[in-house]
Amino acid sequence: MAKNKNVEEPVKKSGLFEYAPAPESPAAAGDIASSYGHFIGGEFVDSSGSEALKTVNPATEQVLAEFAQGTDEDVDRAVTAARKAFADWSALPGSERAKYLFRIARIVQERSRELAVLESIDNGKPIRETRDVDLPLVAAHFFYYAGWADKLDYAGYGANPKPLGVAGQVIPWNFPLLMLAWKIAPALATGNTVVLKPAETTPLTALRFAEICRQAGLPKGVVNIVTGDGRTGAALTAHPDVNKVAFTGSTPVGRAIAKQLAGTRKKLSLELGGKAANIVFDDAPIDQAVEGIVNGIFFNQGHVCCAGSRLLVQESIQDELLDALKRRMGTLRVGDPLDKNTDIGAINSAEQLARITALTAAGEAEGAERWSPACELPGNGFWFRPTLFTGVSQAHRIAQEEIFGPVLSVLTFRTPAEAVEKANNTPYGLSAGIWTEKGSRILWMANRLKAGVVWANTFNKFDPTSPFGGYKESGYGREGGRHGLEAYLDV
Amino acid sequence: MSTLAANAPGAAGSGLADVAASEASLRRFLHGLPGVDQVGLEARAATLGTRSIKTTAKAYAIDLAISMIDLTTLEGADTVGKVRALCAKGRTPDPSDPGTPRVAAICVYPDMVATAKDALRGTAIQVASVATAFPAGRAALPVKLADTADAVAAGADEIDMVIDRGAFLSGRYLDVFNEIVAVKEACRRPDGTAAHLKVIFETGELQTYDNVRRASWLAMLAGADFIKTSTGKVAVNATPPVTLLMLEAVRDFKAQTGVQVGVKPAGGIRTTKDAMKYLVMVNETLGDDWLTPHWFRFGASSLLNDLLMQRQKLTTGRYSGPDYVTVD
Repeated sequence: MAKNKNVEEPVKKSGLFEYAPAPESPAAAGDIASSYGHFIGGEFVDSSGSEALKTVNPATEQVLAEFAQGTDEDVDRAVTAARKAFADWSALPGSERAKYLFRIARIVQERSRELAVLESIDNGKPIRETRDVDLPLVAAHFFYYAGWADKLDYAGYGANPKPLGVAGQVIPWNFPLLMLAWKIAPALATGNTVVLKPAETTPLTALRFAEICRQAGLPKGVVNIVTGDGRTGAALTAHPDVNKVAFTGSTPVGRAIAKQLAGTRKKLSLELGGKAANIVFDDAPIDQAVEGIVNGIFFNQGHVCCAGSRLLVQESIQDELLDALKRRMGTLRVGDPLDKNTDIGAINSAEQLARITALTAAGEAEGAERWSPACELPGNGFWFRPTLFTGVSQAHRIAQEEIFGPVLSVLTFRTPAEAVEKANNTPYGLSAGIWTEKGSRILWMANRLKAGVVWANTFNKFDPTSPFGGYKESGYGREGGRHGLEAYLDV
Repeated sequence: MSTLAANAPGAAGSGLADVAASEASLRRFLHGLPGVDQVGLEARAATLGTRSIKTTAKAYAIDLAISMIDLTTLEGADTVGKVRALCAKGRTPDPSDPGTPRVAAICVYPDMVATAKDALRGTAIQVASVATAFPAGRAALPVKLADTADAVAAGADEIDMVIDRGAFLSGRYLDVFNEIVAVKEACRRPDGTAAHLKVIFETGELQTYDNVRRASWLAMLAGADFIKTSTGKVAVNATPPVTLLMLEAVRDFKAQTGVQVGVKPAGGIRTTKDAMKYLVMVNETLGDDWLTPHWFRFGASSLLNDLLMQRQKLTTGRYSGPDYVTVD
């Protein structure tokens, strides 16, 4: 019975004004080597092991390059290089460290097209987003923390706050270069040196960033990049000479790292999963709320830890809002990430696609109604239609588990108190959104929502000046803003 | 006047018939419309502005944009000669390529309507006339109605009226409503047909997006055939966010009443790139139903030549430059 309720609109004939393909040139990504080693002590070096992994273009399933599976020995070499560099780097006046960071920021801007295209190819996200969101934010993050480097005395931690030492950083695949910037910029500004492991499906922009470090003349060993899968990450976080571990990724892995680090002197910050509520009241600016909902869950294919994956809509406007949302979803353009008019690109990996598929199947099996707009998907690659589930209750898995895909679960509420109760009824607490024209209600709600970020009449807005981080099982520690300095200072 | 209100075409059969029954009910309705979030609206307009329109899509959009132009001259210095030249331009925008579409209309002051009508004889190009003490609208109602009737009598196919912004900003919505209804009445011809009525808000003077949404609904309820952003005579004229908001208003109005209303951004749209952004907004907000000169217009003068230059570039592969389009 649940089966025939699930609607997928038939693909309609194209309209009068069809956008011709407007592809960005893949060649703009620059040369992609056939295989990569690590970046250690300022040099590109081969792995001590022989195991190689492959990174594919998720939009075509073509192999882009091979890269090394970092061994324990590789990790040790990288940590040793970072330790060696730490003495001189941390002794530099802040204004000198700032020069390097400003230089990196400017090179990122100058090479932004190259990096944006490379990121789209390796990750699957649309060029519109890498060009207009990821890369501007990457540069902004380096600029912002460059500004802090010589002002740490005034950051609120007393005079001359000290760096921690060597930071081991493990980042996810959803915003590869942006997460790198979130990790490396504050670490370097405060005088730490780093060993960073990019995700195993998206190593290319981190390796390109290594080139930028050389171009900027960054002292050898200040930034080291070791590639590999979770085994490499575990070796890095476990390394005895690492003073600080910063991890962004899933809650299960974050929990494992926290256990691994318990009883050590390593400082830890974790930015983990989320199941954010986007709460729409009956007095909301409807058209903008619809945009916010779309941006909240379909931005970056929903591969966003703070995605607004649960829509909580006041019952009295449910029909009107869902009609408007479906109409809007019908205009989303899914396809080639390098087409400048693509809104939704490819799912990052076969593994992630399988997870999204399994969870949405569970949603149907549990009785929620599934809806997707008409859209043709490319033959190759990993794709998932933007999907809406209505008739979702708190007990459904799709209301509780992080799907990390373009799938929105719609729930309803009757009163502000019920909205707060439902929004908080999750183990996560990373972000939330409130849509209402009533300022007092925004403040009332924000005080009660257990979420690290509460957006009011907007969603998924990021800025380097604003701290970001979670409550509950979404992690601890803050990245961004003045607060982001604390994670890398011995305070 | 309340009978006029009840007769307003937009209100028929949609549960909105009584909205303009009194000042209080009209105010309640307009103030009950969903608010507009400025940041969100501007962000959406900006995002749509990043669409990349290339090759076949660009060719389609350029021709569509040319066919949607209300080619305008509204100067104190206008002469018969100037208006005739403009009409010639509207008939044959690009003498080097007879395949170039004609513009939708020539827009002039009422005293130039007869001249334009004569110069456009034998074409489907409409003559639009501003009226109602354009651009300020600061005249008594009988003067505005006479102005309108005069233009219609001279042969105007379309009337671009201005609302009384003073009345709107002081909250006298019913006065604005009744004035639109009265002007609509003045658009009638003896043979029972009527000139199309475009209602200009002068959004640069209304200032807030909430006001623009209210003005849009007010005008549509009063029977506007088109809603238009601006006169082109103030500092801020058509902008993408204001136009997007008005597109959303006509979309919602049609959904509620079944009545389709057109939209005309005017003033400040000078380049092909700008025009593309507006057409993208129409396409992604309203779709095919509005992608015709019957339902979307550009109030512009210099835009045409830029479209022609881009059109030449597309057909010949070369950029010819401003000396290869006519200046009229």
